[in-house]
Amino acid sequence: MKRRSITALAIALSLVALALAPQFQPVLRPLLLMAMAVSFCALGLLILLRAGQVSFGHALYFACGAYTVAFGARHVNADMLTVTIMAVVCGTLLSMALGVLLSRYRDIFYAMLNLAFSMVGYTLLLKLYELTGGSDGISVQVTHLAGAEIDAQRFGWTLYYYTVALMGVVLLLIARYLNSPPGQALAALKTNETRLEYLGISGRLVLYTGHVVSAALASLGGAIAAMATGHVTPEMAYWSRSAEFVFVAILGGIGNVVGALAGALSFELIRTTASAYAANSWQLILGMVLVLIVLFAPKGLHGMVQQIFRRNGDAQ
Amino acid sequence: MNEEIVLHSSDLHVEFGGVKAANGVDLKLRRGQLASIIGPNGSGKTTFLNLCTGYVRPTRGSVVFGNTDLTRLTPRAITRLGIARTFQLPQVFSQHTVLENLLIALAARDRFWTMARLHRDAPRREAEELLQIFDLSDVAGREIGRLPEGIRKLVDIAIALALAPSLLLMDEPTSGVSSQEKFEIMDMLVPILKERGITALLVEHDMELVERYMDRVIVWTAGQVVADGPPSEIMRKEEVLRNVIGDV
Repeated sequence: MKRRSITALAIALSLVALALAPQFQPVLRPLLLMAMAVSFCALGLLILLRAGQVSFGHALYFACGAYTVAFGARHVNADMLTVTIMAVVCGTLLSMALGVLLSRYRDIFYAMLNLAFSMVGYTLLLKLYELTGGSDGISVQVTHLAGAEIDAQRFGWTLYYYTVALMGVVLLLIARYLNSPPGQALAALKTNETRLEYLGISGRLVLYTGHVVSAALASLGGAIAAMATGHVTPEMAYWSRSAEFVFVAILGGIGNVVGALAGALSFELIRTTASAYAANSWQLILGMVLVLIVLFAPKGLHGMVQQIFRRNGDAQ
Repeated sequence: MNEEIVLHSSDLHVEFGGVKAANGVDLKLRRGQLASIIGPNGSGKTTFLNLCTGYVRPTRGSVVFGNTDLTRLTPRAITRLGIARTFQLPQVFSQHTVLENLLIALAARDRFWTMARLHRDAPRREAEELLQIFDLSDVAGREIGRLPEGIRKLVDIAIALALAPSLLLMDEPTSGVSSQEKFEIMDMLVPILKERGITALLVEHDMELVERYMDRVIVWTAGQVVADGPPSEIMRKEEVLRNVIGDV
Protein backbone atom coordinates (compact mmCIF):
# COMPACT_ATOMS: atom_id res chain seq x y z
CA MET A 1 0.00 0.00 0.00
CA LYS A 2 1.25 3.50 -0.82
CA ARG A 3 2.51 5.69 2.02
CA ARG A 4 -0.19 8.27 1.23
CA SER A 5 -2.96 5.68 1.51
CA ILE A 6 -1.52 4.38 4.79
CA THR A 7 -1.55 7.90 6.23
CA ALA A 8 -5.13 8.50 5.05
CA LEU A 9 -6.21 5.17 6.54
CA ALA A 10 -4.42 5.87 9.83
CA ILE A 11 -6.06 9.30 10.04
CA ALA A 12 -9.51 7.87 9.31
CA LEU A 13 -9.13 5.08 11.88
CA SER A 14 -7.86 7.52 14.51
CA LEU A 15 -10.80 9.84 13.98
CA VAL A 16 -13.32 7.00 14.16
CA ALA A 17 -11.68 5.74 17.37
CA LEU A 18 -11.69 9.26 18.85
CA ALA A 19 -15.33 9.77 17.90
CA LEU A 20 -16.51 6.44 19.35
CA ALA A 21 -14.34 5.96 22.44
CA PRO A 22 -16.13 8.45 24.76
CA GLN A 23 -19.51 7.08 23.69
CA PHE A 24 -18.55 3.77 25.28
CA GLN A 25 -16.44 5.24 28.08
CA PRO A 26 -17.62 8.83 28.80
CA VAL A 27 -15.00 9.07 31.54
CA LEU A 28 -12.35 9.11 28.82
CA ARG A 29 -13.67 12.30 27.23
CA PRO A 30 -11.65 14.90 29.24
CA LEU A 31 -8.50 12.81 28.84
CA LEU A 32 -8.95 12.45 25.10
CA LEU A 33 -9.76 16.14 24.72
CA MET A 34 -6.58 17.20 26.49
CA ALA A 35 -4.65 14.60 24.50
CA MET A 36 -5.91 16.19 21.27
CA ALA A 37 -4.96 19.67 22.52
CA VAL A 38 -1.44 18.42 23.27
CA SER A 39 -1.25 16.54 20.00
CA PHE A 40 -1.73 19.77 18.04
CA CYS A 41 1.39 21.07 19.79
CA ALA A 42 3.25 17.79 19.24
CA LEU A 43 2.39 18.01 15.55
CA GLY A 44 4.06 21.41 15.56
CA LEU A 45 7.14 19.91 17.17
CA LEU A 46 7.06 17.06 14.65
CA ILE A 47 7.47 19.63 11.87
CA LEU A 48 10.50 21.15 13.57
CA LEU A 49 12.01 17.76 14.38
CA ARG A 50 11.77 16.86 10.71
CA ALA A 51 13.98 19.85 10.04
CA GLY A 52 16.40 18.59 12.70
CA GLN A 53 15.38 21.38 15.08
CA VAL A 54 13.75 21.31 18.47
CA SER A 55 12.03 24.09 20.38
CA PHE A 56 11.92 24.32 24.16
CA GLY A 57 9.64 27.33 23.91
CA HIS A 58 6.49 26.37 22.05
CA ALA A 59 4.50 26.77 25.26
CA LEU A 60 4.67 30.48 24.42
CA TYR A 61 2.38 29.93 21.41
CA PHE A 62 0.27 27.48 23.41
CA ALA A 63 -0.27 30.18 26.04
CA CYS A 64 -0.77 32.81 23.34
CA GLY A 65 -3.62 30.72 21.90
CA ALA A 66 -5.09 30.09 25.33
CA TYR A 67 -5.01 33.73 26.47
CA THR A 68 -6.39 34.91 23.13
CA VAL A 69 -9.39 32.63 23.69
CA ALA A 70 -9.80 34.01 27.21
CA PHE A 71 -9.59 37.65 26.07
CA GLY A 72 -11.58 37.03 22.90
CA ALA A 73 -14.44 35.29 24.70
CA ARG A 74 -14.57 38.07 27.29
CA HIS A 75 -14.16 41.15 25.09
CA VAL A 76 -14.94 40.25 21.46
CA ASN A 77 -17.17 37.25 20.91
CA ALA A 78 -17.78 34.13 22.97
CA ASP A 79 -18.08 31.96 19.87
CA MET A 80 -15.97 28.79 19.82
CA LEU A 81 -15.12 29.15 16.14
CA THR A 82 -14.34 32.87 16.34
CA VAL A 83 -12.02 32.56 19.34
CA THR A 84 -10.28 29.56 17.79
CA ILE A 85 -9.56 31.55 14.63
CA MET A 86 -8.42 34.51 16.72
CA ALA A 87 -6.08 32.25 18.71
CA VAL A 88 -4.49 30.76 15.60
CA VAL A 89 -4.11 34.18 13.97
CA CYS A 90 -2.48 35.66 17.10
CA GLY A 91 -0.11 32.69 17.51
CA THR A 92 0.78 32.90 13.84
CA LEU A 93 1.47 36.63 13.98
CA LEU A 94 3.61 36.25 17.10
CA SER A 95 5.61 33.43 15.50
CA MET A 96 6.01 35.44 12.28
CA ALA A 97 7.55 38.29 14.27
CA LEU A 98 9.83 36.07 16.41
CA GLY A 99 10.59 33.76 13.49
CA VAL A 100 12.45 36.52 11.66
CA LEU A 101 15.16 36.20 14.30
CA LEU A 102 14.72 32.53 15.22
CA SER A 103 15.06 31.23 11.64
CA ARG A 104 18.63 32.56 11.54
CA TYR A 105 19.65 30.01 14.16
CA ARG A 106 19.98 26.24 14.17
CA ASP A 107 20.23 23.41 16.68
CA ILE A 108 20.88 24.33 20.32
CA PHE A 109 20.76 28.07 19.58
CA TYR A 110 17.32 27.77 17.99
CA ALA A 111 16.10 25.61 20.90
CA MET A 112 17.40 27.92 23.60
CA LEU A 113 16.29 31.13 21.92
CA ASN A 114 12.77 29.70 21.76
CA LEU A 115 13.07 28.89 25.47
CA ALA A 116 14.21 32.45 26.19
CA PHE A 117 11.23 33.97 24.38
CA SER A 118 8.81 31.66 26.14
CA MET A 119 10.22 32.61 29.54
CA VAL A 120 9.81 36.29 28.64
CA GLY A 121 6.19 35.50 27.74
CA TYR A 122 5.68 33.57 30.99
CA THR A 123 7.04 36.47 33.05
CA LEU A 124 4.85 38.99 31.25
CA LEU A 125 1.76 36.86 31.86
CA LEU A 126 2.72 36.60 35.51
CA LYS A 127 3.59 40.25 36.12
CA LEU A 128 1.00 42.11 34.06
CA TYR A 129 -1.58 41.42 36.73
CA GLU A 130 -4.11 44.05 35.64
CA LEU A 131 -4.29 42.52 32.20
CA THR A 132 -3.67 38.82 32.74
CA GLY A 133 -4.78 38.22 36.30
CA GLY A 134 -1.21 37.24 37.23
CA SER A 135 -0.81 33.80 38.74
CA ASP A 136 -4.60 33.57 39.25
CA GLY A 137 -5.11 33.60 35.51
CA ILE A 138 -8.41 34.26 33.74
CA SER A 139 -11.52 32.14 33.43
CA VAL A 140 -12.77 31.25 29.97
CA GLN A 141 -16.43 31.34 29.06
CA VAL A 142 -17.36 30.19 25.56
CA THR A 143 -21.08 30.04 24.91
CA HIS A 144 -21.69 29.77 21.16
CA LEU A 145 -20.58 27.73 18.19
CA ALA A 146 -20.93 29.28 14.71
CA GLY A 147 -23.62 31.62 16.03
CA ALA A 148 -25.70 28.95 17.77
CA GLU A 149 -25.89 28.92 21.54
CA ILE A 150 -24.36 25.85 23.18
CA ASP A 151 -26.41 24.09 25.83
CA ALA A 152 -24.29 24.29 29.02
CA GLN A 153 -24.99 20.60 29.70
CA ARG A 154 -23.69 19.67 26.26
CA PHE A 155 -20.67 22.00 26.23
CA GLY A 156 -18.17 19.21 26.92
CA TRP A 157 -19.54 17.04 24.11
CA THR A 158 -19.75 19.98 21.67
CA LEU A 159 -16.16 20.98 22.34
CA TYR A 160 -15.05 17.37 22.05
CA TYR A 161 -16.55 16.75 18.61
CA TYR A 162 -15.54 20.22 17.46
CA THR A 163 -11.96 19.24 18.37
CA VAL A 164 -12.24 15.84 16.63
CA ALA A 165 -13.36 17.65 13.46
CA LEU A 166 -10.49 20.13 13.77
CA MET A 167 -8.09 17.24 14.34
CA GLY A 168 -9.23 15.62 11.09
CA VAL A 169 -8.75 18.82 9.09
CA VAL A 170 -5.37 19.56 10.69
CA LEU A 171 -4.01 16.03 10.22
CA LEU A 172 -4.94 16.08 6.53
CA LEU A 173 -3.50 19.56 6.00
CA ILE A 174 -0.24 18.79 7.79
CA ALA A 175 0.14 15.46 5.97
CA ARG A 176 -0.31 17.41 2.74
CA TYR A 177 2.21 20.05 3.82
CA LEU A 178 4.78 17.40 4.74
CA ASN A 179 4.40 15.83 1.29
CA SER A 180 4.72 19.15 -0.52
CA PRO A 181 8.10 20.56 -1.63
CA PRO A 182 8.41 22.94 1.37
CA GLY A 183 7.50 20.06 3.71
CA GLN A 184 10.01 17.70 2.11
CA ALA A 185 12.59 20.46 2.23
CA LEU A 186 12.40 20.33 6.05
CA ALA A 187 14.25 17.00 6.03
CA ALA A 188 16.50 18.35 3.27
CA LEU A 189 17.37 21.25 5.57
CA LYS A 190 18.32 18.73 8.24
CA THR A 191 20.67 16.74 6.01
CA ASN A 192 22.12 19.33 3.62
CA GLU A 193 21.25 23.01 3.85
CA THR A 194 24.16 23.82 1.51
CA ARG A 195 22.63 21.81 -1.33
CA LEU A 196 19.28 23.45 -0.67
CA GLU A 197 20.86 26.88 -1.12
CA TYR A 198 22.54 25.63 -4.33
CA LEU A 199 19.11 24.67 -5.63
CA GLY A 200 18.09 28.30 -5.21
CA ILE A 201 16.00 27.62 -2.09
CA SER A 202 16.37 29.62 1.09
CA GLY A 203 16.96 27.25 3.99
CA ARG A 204 16.03 30.09 6.29
CA LEU A 205 12.65 30.54 4.62
CA VAL A 206 12.00 26.79 4.79
CA LEU A 207 12.62 26.85 8.54
CA TYR A 208 10.68 30.10 8.96
CA THR A 209 7.65 28.53 7.29
CA GLY A 210 7.98 25.40 9.42
CA HIS A 211 8.31 27.52 12.54
CA VAL A 212 5.18 29.55 11.76
CA VAL A 213 3.12 26.45 10.94
CA SER A 214 4.28 24.71 14.11
CA ALA A 215 3.47 27.79 16.21
CA ALA A 216 0.01 28.05 14.64
CA LEU A 217 -0.59 24.44 15.67
CA ALA A 218 0.63 25.10 19.22
CA SER A 219 -1.71 28.08 19.53
CA LEU A 220 -4.59 25.92 18.29
CA GLY A 221 -3.67 23.41 21.00
CA GLY A 222 -3.69 26.25 23.54
CA ALA A 223 -7.11 27.40 22.38
CA ILE A 224 -8.60 23.93 22.84
CA ALA A 225 -6.90 23.50 26.22
CA ALA A 226 -8.26 26.87 27.39
CA MET A 227 -11.82 25.95 26.41
CA ALA A 228 -11.46 22.44 27.86
CA THR A 229 -10.22 23.59 31.26
CA GLY A 230 -12.21 26.86 31.36
CA HIS A 231 -9.22 28.65 32.81
CA VAL A 232 -5.85 29.98 31.65
CA THR A 233 -2.76 30.58 33.81
CA PRO A 234 0.85 31.67 33.12
CA GLU A 235 1.98 28.07 33.72
CA MET A 236 0.76 27.37 30.19
CA ALA A 237 3.82 29.29 28.95
CA TYR A 238 6.27 27.69 31.39
CA TRP A 239 9.26 25.83 29.95
CA SER A 240 8.24 22.47 31.43
CA ARG A 241 5.11 22.62 29.25
CA SER A 242 7.33 23.09 26.18
CA ALA A 243 9.37 20.09 27.24
CA GLU A 244 6.14 18.10 27.50
CA PHE A 245 5.41 18.81 23.81
CA VAL A 246 8.90 17.65 22.86
CA PHE A 247 8.37 14.52 24.96
CA VAL A 248 5.09 13.75 23.21
CA ALA A 249 6.56 14.33 19.73
CA ILE A 250 9.48 11.98 20.47
CA LEU A 251 7.15 9.43 22.06
CA GLY A 252 4.91 9.41 18.99
CA GLY A 253 7.70 9.52 16.43
CA ILE A 254 8.15 11.93 13.55
CA GLY A 255 7.53 9.52 10.68
CA ASN A 256 3.79 10.10 10.43
CA VAL A 257 1.34 12.79 11.52
CA VAL A 258 -0.73 10.23 13.41
CA GLY A 259 2.36 9.58 15.56
CA ALA A 260 1.77 12.92 17.31
CA LEU A 261 -1.77 11.90 18.20
CA ALA A 262 -0.65 8.46 19.39
CA GLY A 263 2.12 10.10 21.43
CA ALA A 264 -0.29 12.55 23.06
CA LEU A 265 -2.81 9.82 23.88
CA SER A 266 -0.09 7.62 25.40
CA PHE A 267 1.30 10.58 27.32
CA GLU A 268 -2.06 11.48 28.83
CA LEU A 269 -2.75 7.83 29.66
CA ILE A 270 0.62 7.36 31.33
CA ARG A 271 0.24 10.63 33.21
CA THR A 272 -3.29 9.88 34.39
CA THR A 273 -2.49 6.31 35.38
CA ALA A 274 0.78 7.26 37.05
CA SER A 275 -0.93 10.13 38.94
CA ALA A 276 -3.65 7.77 40.14
CA TYR A 277 -1.34 5.04 41.37
CA ALA A 278 1.80 6.97 42.25
CA ALA A 279 0.67 10.55 42.90
CA ASN A 280 4.05 11.73 44.13
CA SER A 281 6.22 10.12 41.54
CA TRP A 282 4.34 10.33 38.24
CA GLN A 283 7.09 12.50 36.74
CA LEU A 284 9.57 9.74 37.58
CA ILE A 285 7.46 7.23 35.67
CA LEU A 286 7.14 9.58 32.68
CA GLY A 287 10.90 10.13 32.72
CA MET A 288 11.54 6.40 32.74
CA VAL A 289 9.17 5.92 29.82
CA LEU A 290 11.08 8.55 27.84
CA VAL A 291 14.41 6.87 28.64
CA LEU A 292 13.02 3.53 27.47
CA ILE A 293 11.67 5.07 24.26
CA VAL A 294 14.99 6.75 23.46
CA LEU A 295 16.93 3.55 24.19
CA PHE A 296 14.71 0.97 22.57
CA ALA A 297 12.43 2.81 20.12
CA PRO A 298 14.21 5.97 18.99
CA LYS A 299 11.70 6.37 16.18
CA GLY A 300 8.84 6.49 18.69
CA LEU A 301 5.51 4.66 18.59
CA HIS A 302 5.21 5.18 14.84
CA GLY A 303 8.61 3.55 14.33
CA MET A 304 7.60 0.62 16.54
CA VAL A 305 4.40 0.00 14.56
CA GLN A 306 6.31 0.30 11.28
CA GLN A 307 8.86 -2.25 12.50
CA ILE A 308 6.12 -4.71 13.51
CA PHE A 309 4.46 -4.44 10.08
CA ARG A 310 7.82 -4.84 8.34
CA ARG A 311 8.63 -7.95 10.39
CA ASN A 312 5.23 -9.45 9.59
CA GLY A 313 5.75 -8.63 5.93
CA ASP A 314 9.18 -10.27 5.95
CA ALA A 315 7.79 -13.34 7.73
CA GLN A 316 5.16 -13.76 5.02
CA MET B 1 31.35 27.43 -31.78
CA ASN B 2 29.10 30.17 -30.47
CA GLU B 3 31.10 33.33 -29.74
CA GLU B 4 28.72 34.62 -27.06
CA ILE B 5 30.52 35.08 -23.74
CA VAL B 6 28.66 33.38 -20.90
CA LEU B 7 31.05 33.92 -18.03
CA HIS B 8 33.70 36.57 -17.75
CA SER B 9 36.05 37.03 -14.82
CA SER B 10 38.36 40.01 -14.77
CA ASP B 11 41.26 40.85 -12.50
CA LEU B 12 39.98 38.37 -9.93
CA HIS B 13 41.90 38.28 -6.66
CA VAL B 14 41.40 36.29 -3.48
CA GLU B 15 43.81 34.94 -0.90
CA PHE B 16 43.62 32.77 2.19
CA GLY B 17 46.18 33.44 4.89
CA GLY B 18 48.67 34.84 2.42
CA VAL B 19 48.16 32.07 -0.15
CA LYS B 20 46.89 33.52 -3.42
CA ALA B 21 44.10 31.32 -4.77
CA ALA B 22 43.25 33.81 -7.52
CA ASN B 23 45.82 36.38 -8.54
CA GLY B 24 44.41 38.57 -11.29
CA VAL B 25 42.46 35.93 -13.18
CA ASP B 26 40.97 37.00 -16.53
CA LEU B 27 38.87 34.30 -18.08
CA LYS B 28 36.12 34.15 -20.67
CA LEU B 29 33.88 31.18 -21.27
CA ARG B 30 31.89 30.92 -24.50
CA ARG B 31 28.40 29.46 -24.77
CA GLY B 32 28.33 25.72 -25.30
CA GLN B 33 31.99 25.27 -24.46
CA LEU B 34 33.21 22.31 -22.40
CA ALA B 35 36.24 23.55 -20.52
CA SER B 36 38.35 22.07 -17.80
CA ILE B 37 40.63 23.68 -15.26
CA ILE B 38 43.67 21.61 -14.44
CA GLY B 39 46.48 22.32 -12.03
CA PRO B 40 48.25 21.12 -8.92
CA ASN B 41 46.45 20.69 -5.58
CA GLY B 42 45.98 23.95 -3.73
CA SER B 43 46.43 26.10 -6.82
CA GLY B 44 42.95 27.64 -6.48
CA LYS B 45 40.90 25.67 -8.99
CA THR B 46 37.98 24.96 -6.66
CA THR B 47 38.23 28.51 -5.33
CA PHE B 48 37.41 29.74 -8.82
CA LEU B 49 34.18 27.69 -8.78
CA ASN B 50 33.48 29.03 -5.29
CA LEU B 51 34.00 32.58 -6.54
CA CYS B 52 31.59 31.96 -9.42
CA THR B 53 28.90 30.57 -7.12
CA GLY B 54 29.04 33.10 -4.31
CA TYR B 55 30.62 30.81 -1.74
CA VAL B 56 33.76 32.97 -1.63
CA ARG B 57 33.93 36.72 -2.21
CA PRO B 58 36.87 38.15 -4.17
CA THR B 59 39.04 40.80 -2.59
CA ARG B 60 39.26 42.49 -6.01
CA GLY B 61 37.88 41.99 -9.48
CA SER B 62 34.58 40.63 -10.73
CA VAL B 63 32.82 37.65 -12.25
CA VAL B 64 30.07 38.50 -14.72
CA PHE B 65 27.48 36.01 -15.95
CA GLY B 66 25.63 37.36 -19.00
CA ASN B 67 25.17 40.95 -17.88
CA THR B 68 24.99 40.21 -14.16
CA ASP B 69 27.87 40.78 -11.77
CA LEU B 70 27.99 37.72 -9.49
CA THR B 71 30.52 39.14 -7.09
CA ARG B 72 28.11 40.20 -4.34
CA LEU B 73 25.31 37.71 -4.96
CA THR B 74 24.42 34.78 -2.69
CA PRO B 75 24.72 31.16 -3.91
CA ARG B 76 20.91 31.06 -4.00
CA ALA B 77 20.61 34.12 -6.23
CA ILE B 78 23.36 32.82 -8.52
CA THR B 79 21.61 29.46 -8.87
CA ARG B 80 18.42 31.28 -9.83
CA LEU B 81 20.31 32.97 -12.67
CA GLY B 82 20.97 29.56 -14.24
CA ILE B 83 24.28 28.45 -12.78
CA ALA B 84 24.31 25.00 -11.21
CA ARG B 85 27.20 23.24 -9.58
CA THR B 86 28.31 19.87 -8.34
CA PHE B 87 30.77 19.22 -5.57
CA GLN B 88 33.88 17.13 -5.03
CA LEU B 89 32.05 15.44 -2.15
CA PRO B 90 28.55 14.84 -3.52
CA GLN B 91 25.98 17.11 -1.90
CA VAL B 92 22.69 15.26 -1.71
CA PHE B 93 19.79 14.92 0.71
CA SER B 94 20.87 11.73 2.41
CA GLN B 95 17.54 10.85 4.07
CA HIS B 96 15.59 11.14 0.82
CA THR B 97 15.45 8.59 -1.96
CA VAL B 98 17.32 9.11 -5.21
CA LEU B 99 14.05 10.00 -6.95
CA GLU B 100 13.05 12.47 -4.23
CA ASN B 101 16.41 14.22 -4.52
CA LEU B 102 15.63 14.93 -8.17
CA LEU B 103 12.01 15.85 -7.44
CA ILE B 104 13.14 18.46 -4.90
CA ALA B 105 15.51 19.90 -7.51
CA LEU B 106 12.74 19.99 -10.11
CA ALA B 107 10.39 21.66 -7.64
CA ALA B 108 13.11 24.22 -6.89
CA ARG B 109 13.37 24.93 -10.61
CA ASP B 110 9.64 25.12 -11.40
CA ARG B 111 7.45 25.87 -8.43
CA PHE B 112 8.66 25.27 -4.91
CA TRP B 113 6.22 27.16 -2.68
CA THR B 114 3.14 25.11 -3.28
CA MET B 115 1.02 22.63 -1.35
CA ALA B 116 0.97 20.30 -4.36
CA ARG B 117 2.55 16.91 -3.75
CA LEU B 118 6.25 16.45 -4.46
CA HIS B 119 5.49 13.20 -6.27
CA ARG B 120 3.36 14.61 -9.09
CA ASP B 121 3.24 12.87 -12.45
CA ALA B 122 4.96 15.44 -14.67
CA PRO B 123 8.08 16.06 -12.55
CA ARG B 124 8.20 12.37 -11.72
CA ARG B 125 8.40 11.50 -15.40
CA GLU B 126 11.14 14.06 -15.94
CA ALA B 127 13.08 12.77 -12.92
CA GLU B 128 12.73 9.19 -14.16
CA GLU B 129 14.06 10.23 -17.58
CA LEU B 130 17.10 11.79 -15.94
CA LEU B 131 17.64 8.68 -13.85
CA GLN B 132 17.40 6.57 -16.98
CA ILE B 133 20.10 8.64 -18.70
CA PHE B 134 22.45 7.99 -15.79
CA ASP B 135 21.36 4.37 -15.49
CA LEU B 136 20.00 4.97 -11.99
CA SER B 137 16.45 3.69 -12.45
CA ASP B 138 17.14 0.62 -10.33
CA VAL B 139 18.02 2.68 -7.28
CA ALA B 140 15.32 5.35 -7.71
CA GLY B 141 13.47 4.30 -4.56
CA ARG B 142 16.55 3.74 -2.41
CA GLU B 143 17.61 6.13 0.37
CA ILE B 144 20.63 7.87 -1.11
CA GLY B 145 22.62 8.05 2.13
CA ARG B 146 22.97 4.27 2.01
CA LEU B 147 24.29 4.14 -1.55
CA PRO B 148 27.95 4.12 -2.69
CA GLU B 149 29.92 7.28 -3.47
CA GLY B 150 29.85 6.66 -7.23
CA ILE B 151 26.05 6.69 -7.30
CA ARG B 152 25.82 9.74 -5.07
CA LYS B 153 28.21 11.47 -7.44
CA LEU B 154 25.93 10.73 -10.38
CA VAL B 155 22.88 11.91 -8.46
CA ASP B 156 24.73 15.12 -7.57
CA ILE B 157 25.25 15.70 -11.30
CA ALA B 158 21.66 14.74 -12.13
CA ILE B 159 20.40 17.21 -9.48
CA ALA B 160 22.42 19.98 -11.11
CA LEU B 161 21.09 19.05 -14.55
CA ALA B 162 17.52 18.96 -13.24
CA LEU B 163 17.84 22.69 -12.63
CA ALA B 164 18.20 23.15 -16.42
CA PRO B 165 21.20 25.42 -16.02
CA SER B 166 22.87 27.35 -18.83
CA LEU B 167 26.20 27.05 -17.03
CA LEU B 168 27.28 23.96 -15.11
CA LEU B 169 30.28 24.06 -12.80
CA MET B 170 31.60 20.68 -11.70
CA ASP B 171 34.26 20.02 -9.12
CA GLU B 172 36.04 16.77 -9.98
CA PRO B 173 32.94 14.95 -11.20
CA THR B 174 34.84 11.69 -11.60
CA SER B 175 36.93 11.63 -8.43
CA GLY B 176 36.30 8.74 -6.06
CA VAL B 177 35.03 6.42 -8.80
CA SER B 178 36.85 3.63 -10.62
CA SER B 179 38.70 4.38 -13.87
CA GLN B 180 36.08 2.38 -15.78
CA GLU B 181 33.25 4.38 -14.19
CA LYS B 182 35.00 7.68 -15.02
CA PHE B 183 34.57 7.14 -18.73
CA GLU B 184 31.06 5.81 -18.27
CA ILE B 185 30.08 8.98 -16.40
CA MET B 186 31.60 11.21 -19.07
CA ASP B 187 30.04 9.16 -21.88
CA MET B 188 26.65 9.77 -20.29
CA LEU B 189 27.26 13.40 -19.37
CA VAL B 190 28.92 14.95 -22.41
CA PRO B 191 26.15 14.14 -24.94
CA ILE B 192 23.55 15.69 -22.61
CA LEU B 193 25.63 18.84 -22.20
CA LYS B 194 26.05 19.11 -25.99
CA GLU B 195 22.43 18.29 -26.71
CA ARG B 196 21.10 20.84 -24.19
CA GLY B 197 23.66 23.49 -25.11
CA ILE B 198 24.95 23.72 -21.55
CA THR B 199 28.27 25.46 -21.03
CA ALA B 200 30.36 23.43 -18.60
CA LEU B 201 33.45 24.16 -16.58
CA LEU B 202 35.07 21.24 -14.81
CA VAL B 203 37.85 21.04 -12.30
CA GLU B 204 39.57 17.80 -13.23
CA HIS B 205 42.74 15.88 -12.48
CA ASP B 206 42.45 13.13 -15.05
CA MET B 207 44.41 14.20 -18.13
CA GLU B 208 43.17 11.36 -20.28
CA LEU B 209 39.62 12.40 -19.58
CA VAL B 210 40.33 16.06 -20.27
CA GLU B 211 41.97 15.23 -23.57
CA ARG B 212 39.17 12.97 -24.67
CA TYR B 213 36.13 15.07 -23.79
CA MET B 214 37.01 18.76 -23.37
CA ASP B 215 37.04 21.54 -25.98
CA ARG B 216 39.35 23.65 -23.93
CA VAL B 217 41.79 23.27 -21.07
CA ILE B 218 42.80 26.02 -18.68
CA VAL B 219 46.02 25.42 -16.79
CA TRP B 220 46.03 26.99 -13.36
CA THR B 221 48.98 27.39 -11.00
CA ALA B 222 49.36 29.55 -7.90
CA GLY B 223 46.11 31.41 -8.61
CA GLN B 224 46.98 32.24 -12.20
CA VAL B 225 46.07 30.96 -15.63
CA VAL B 226 49.38 29.92 -17.20
CA ALA B 227 48.06 28.26 -20.35
CA ASP B 228 44.73 28.15 -22.13
CA GLY B 229 43.61 26.44 -25.32
CA PRO B 230 42.48 23.21 -26.95
CA PRO B 231 43.74 20.10 -25.10
CA SER B 232 45.68 18.80 -28.11
CA GLU B 233 47.70 22.01 -28.15
CA ILE B 234 48.13 22.54 -24.40
CA MET B 235 49.09 18.97 -23.63
CA ARG B 236 52.06 19.28 -25.99
CA LYS B 237 53.53 22.35 -24.32
CA GLU B 238 56.80 21.39 -22.69
CA GLU B 239 56.38 23.86 -19.83
CA VAL B 240 52.91 22.60 -18.99
CA LEU B 241 54.03 19.00 -19.19
CA ARG B 242 56.97 19.63 -16.89
CA ASN B 243 55.53 22.04 -14.32
CA VAL B 244 51.84 21.25 -14.17
CA ILE B 245 50.87 17.92 -15.59
CA GLY B 246 53.74 16.27 -13.77
CA ASP B 247 52.35 17.65 -10.49
CA VAL B 248 48.75 16.82 -11.38
